[in-house]
Amino acid sequence: MDVTTGWYLVLGALLFIIGGVGLLIRRNPLVMLMCVELMLNGVNLTFVAFSRRLGDIAGQTVVFFVLVVAAAEVVVGLGLIVSIMRRRPDVTADDLKLLKG
Amino acid sequence: MIPVLGQVFTAPSIDWWALAPQLILLGAALLILVVSALLAERCPAWFSGVVALVAGAGVFVSGFYLWYDIRDSGPRSIVSGALSLDGFAVLFTLLVAVAVVMTVLVADAYLEREHMDSPEFHALLLLAATGAIVMASASDLIVLFLGLESLSIGLYVMAAMQFRREEAQEAAMKYFILGAFSSAFFLYGIAMVYGSTGSTGLAHARDYLNRLDTAIVDQPWMLMLGFALLLVGLAFKVAAVPFHFWAPDVYQGSPAPVSGFMASAAKAAGFAAMLRIFFVAFGQSRTDWSPVLGVLAVVTLVVGVVMAIIQTDLKRMIAFSSIAHAGYILVGVQAGTSEGTAAALFYLFSYSLMVLGTFAVISLVQWQDGQPLDRFEGLADRRPLIGFALTVFLLGQAGVPLTSGFIAKFLVIKAAVDERTWWLAIAAMVISAAGAYIYLRVIFAIWRRPGAVDEEGGEPVAAPVVPPASGFAILGAMAFTLVVGFVPQFLIEFARDAVPVLLG
Amino acid sequence: MSDLLRSYLTIAIFSGAAIFMAGMMLGIARVLRPRHPNREKLIAYESGVDPVGGEWVQSQVRYYIFAVLFVLFDVEAVFLFPWAVRLETYGGFGLVEMIVFIGILALGLAYAWRKGVLRWS
Repeated sequence: MDVTTGWYLVLGALLFIIGGVGLLIRRNPLVMLMCVELMLNGVNLTFVAFSRRLGDIAGQTVVFFVLVVAAAEVVVGLGLIVSIMRRRPDVTADDLKLLKG
Repeated sequence: MIPVLGQVFTAPSIDWWALAPQLILLGAALLILVVSALLAERCPAWFSGVVALVAGAGVFVSGFYLWYDIRDSGPRSIVSGALSLDGFAVLFTLLVAVAVVMTVLVADAYLEREHMDSPEFHALLLLAATGAIVMASASDLIVLFLGLESLSIGLYVMAAMQFRREEAQEAAMKYFILGAFSSAFFLYGIAMVYGSTGSTGLAHARDYLNRLDTAIVDQPWMLMLGFALLLVGLAFKVAAVPFHFWAPDVYQGSPAPVSGFMASAAKAAGFAAMLRIFFVAFGQSRTDWSPVLGVLAVVTLVVGVVMAIIQTDLKRMIAFSSIAHAGYILVGVQAGTSEGTAAALFYLFSYSLMVLGTFAVISLVQWQDGQPLDRFEGLADRRPLIGFALTVFLLGQAGVPLTSGFIAKFLVIKAAVDERTWWLAIAAMVISAAGAYIYLRVIFAIWRRPGAVDEEGGEPVAAPVVPPASGFAILGAMAFTLVVGFVPQFLIEFARDAVPVLLG
Repeated sequence: MSDLLRSYLTIAIFSGAAIFMAGMMLGIARVLRPRHPNREKLIAYESGVDPVGGEWVQSQVRYYIFAVLFVLFDVEAVFLFPWAVRLETYGGFGLVEMIVFIGILALGLAYAWRKGVLRWS
């Protein structure tokens, strides 16, 4: 038995799914943000694994871009959460119901 | 965008002129931020608005310049294959420029009334617009993703900018979470395409599919999964059912000019990406994705129209109607032909102007517990010209002849008929007839005579003040809707010339 | 034994050695040292500060601003590093690109500075 690229792909897919499911079932905005990060990192792992298998460096440079995008997303998300928390402490996604839907 | 994607050994030759629209927007955004921050109070209030307006106009002019340039020297790939310069990209550049100019004009008085920071608003608007243009011209999936994120992140913040209102924050939060969710799907789709074709370039993906026909099959399921994930990600962005949940809340909660920008430029950019990916790169496997898009279109149409009928808040109603319009555009996209694509482009252009105009009118009426329909009663009585303009926009969205909306609907349905997808064409026609009710309801409300006083004997709804800039924007959009309705030929030609081509 | 497990054998040996060494040192110390426990000594060590209250402590919002700024500028280093390693291959073009890139970042920093974000008040 050997650790082949396939295993990394499966791990990446699992991380992605855990993040996705977590995003759907968790109600704390902060945890939801972490779930998004988990999804993006699952994708990153997938990119690196493919890059290794294809012997192509492009997949790894993609990860750089994704990292930066993820950082920008986190900063914006944290900003939003903080501005909501300042007005309404202990908020969960279920409490965000001024708008229906 | 910083073009560091190129080959490392030979510096990519960059056609700076071809990048002019992006560079103008980026430069103007940085200028606004730096000057407004450095000068602080000494910076005149009009500064950022004027710079943004000039930038929008500059992009429009440079778009025309590029249009003729392409006509002379043909479409080409720029920045070592990261972006393509073709009629398609330029058409969307023009559309985004129009949306920027309209939004700046409309937002001018709105920002002051709602005490929002105008330099930041304008800078974010320009950055989001840069992202939209990059999306429309990207010929590499990663560049497309970067454009998508610049657009989305800008919009998340713009949606939240009215931070004194809890609805705006909530809308921004929902938009952010679902937007990030869909971006992750899109990105995973890119990973799958990369894994199966060995490159993120769209030209590469197309070549791979061509080879696939001659049966050098290597895990097509992975590519199919990639398709599906890309489609899900983009369907979120254009608010197609069943990925539309965010749209009504976000359009309702965001500031009206921002909602207008989302419904026009952001939606257009999403469709640009969809056309670029599916029609151009994956055109080979049209039989795989076309039925999926067809079903998506019908579901989107039905849900959009039915939900719009039962709404009482005008912004929310327009949001659902915007979902329905995404359905019509999908009808054009699923045809997978040049005609269908041209129809979708025509639709996007004419719809964008109508929805920008509609939100411009909505932004005139002050926010008070949402913007229920009865706050608009008697609008036409007190501001006949504005009332008439809104009527034109709504009739256009309903698809009444002599407006651009009619031609647009006609073209997408014709594209479906030409491809013999009868069921889709019939469904679209029936739904379009039923959908007219939504807009007629609003039109009746605004032309109704009384309505000066609220039912509960509350304060009379004051006639909205019409700032000159907004009035100018509204009249411009109205003129466009009517002119295209009477003489559509020039825009049809324009859309036909802009059907995308893929450059290696 | 398969190749896979063999490659983990090294790790197992190292972990065993580490656990043994640490355990041995602590064990000897435990046997030799005097034992006079009192309350002060038994409470968790927290940088000399009295541990008071629960583990969920609200930190001030101003920490958050700096954290956010740090995340933003820190992540940009991901582009700087590969560039710096291969500086000569990229030549003048790469240099100009990086100057533009850093310039834009510097504008962002200037913006944050002028907005008073960096002031610790």
